[in-house]
Amino acid sequence: MNQNPGIIGTKVGYTQIFDERGEVLRCTVVQAGCVVIGKRTVEKDGYSALILGLGERKEKHTSKPLAGAYKKSGQTPKRIVRELRASVEHVAKFEVGQKLAVDEIFEVGQFVDAQGVSRGRGFTGVMRRWSFAGAVSSHGTHEYFRHGGSIGTNMTPGRTLPNVKMPGHYGDETTSTLNLKIAKLIPEDDLVLILGAVPGSRDGVVTIRGAVKKKNGGKKKA
Amino acid sequence: MLTTNLLAKIEGPLARQGLPEFRVGDSVRVHYRIVEGEKERIQVFQGVVLKRHRAGSRSTFTVRKVSFNIGVERIFLQHSPRIDKVEIVSRGIVRRARLFYLRELSGKAARVRDAKDG
Repeated sequence: MNQNPGIIGTKVGYTQIFDERGEVLRCTVVQAGCVVIGKRTVEKDGYSALILGLGERKEKHTSKPLAGAYKKSGQTPKRIVRELRASVEHVAKFEVGQKLAVDEIFEVGQFVDAQGVSRGRGFTGVMRRWSFAGAVSSHGTHEYFRHGGSIGTNMTPGRTLPNVKMPGHYGDETTSTLNLKIAKLIPEDDLVLILGAVPGSRDGVVTIRGAVKKKNGGKKKA
Repeated sequence: MLTTNLLAKIEGPLARQGLPEFRVGDSVRVHYRIVEGEKERIQVFQGVVLKRHRAGSRSTFTVRKVSFNIGVERIFLQHSPRIDKVEIVSRGIVRRARLFYLRELSGKAARVRDAKDG
């Protein structure tokens, strides 16, 4: 499980910047600014994690039990709440109520993983959903252009096998993109600029954390 | 803050000042820094501006020239720090915003009317 330090944020949009060599870097801009609203500890919960909140939620939209919990920890209600598993040392570094500064969590050039909910496409045909080739458009084809073709054999086994690719709902599922690089950090506005695309729509919530498939959480060695 | 404002804040400082105001149809000399390994040198690309794509910090312009009978087009990022300078060789008079018709023409026909000649 990815236990590398990370943040939650919302996607702002795409842009491009120039690096010091004059090369263009195409980036996704993610706004962080998440606050620690609680901790999970090994003694009490059996694992260690940071509970992060993002954005403000109105008091009247907060259920009373939840509002009470926020009051107890001295926090204002948050719109989005996520738990990020983290090492004991990392959890110990932060206080409840503290904002995670992007330059404390990440460094420029670090590899990160981004997780978000991909944009929903609704009910989608096989050509778009599974990249099927479709059917020939001539040679007597009649009302059969974007179909998927056969979905199995006849008597043996006499049923359609599970997991055959067919039309259906596409998108709106949790997707991760691994090993993206951090292009720039702007701590004043809690912005992280990540090279390449991050799953999700604009204003969608994404989780950014150190790359799980790189050594040292994607950071350059100290 | 509005997301568009945040993007503007990132893109704003990238905008470069000091390029001359040139238009589609003008002939320009673009001095472009080329990095070869450790060394850096300046290459000049002279031609007619075919197109200007105005999109804030992502703006580009396309320059076309004909070298050894082969048309060469190059798209420059307007705000790129690699552009050393842009000189205007001559102003042109054109009636369109995109001069793609020049690609079909060659020789004397592929000229743009000079503003000096009226």
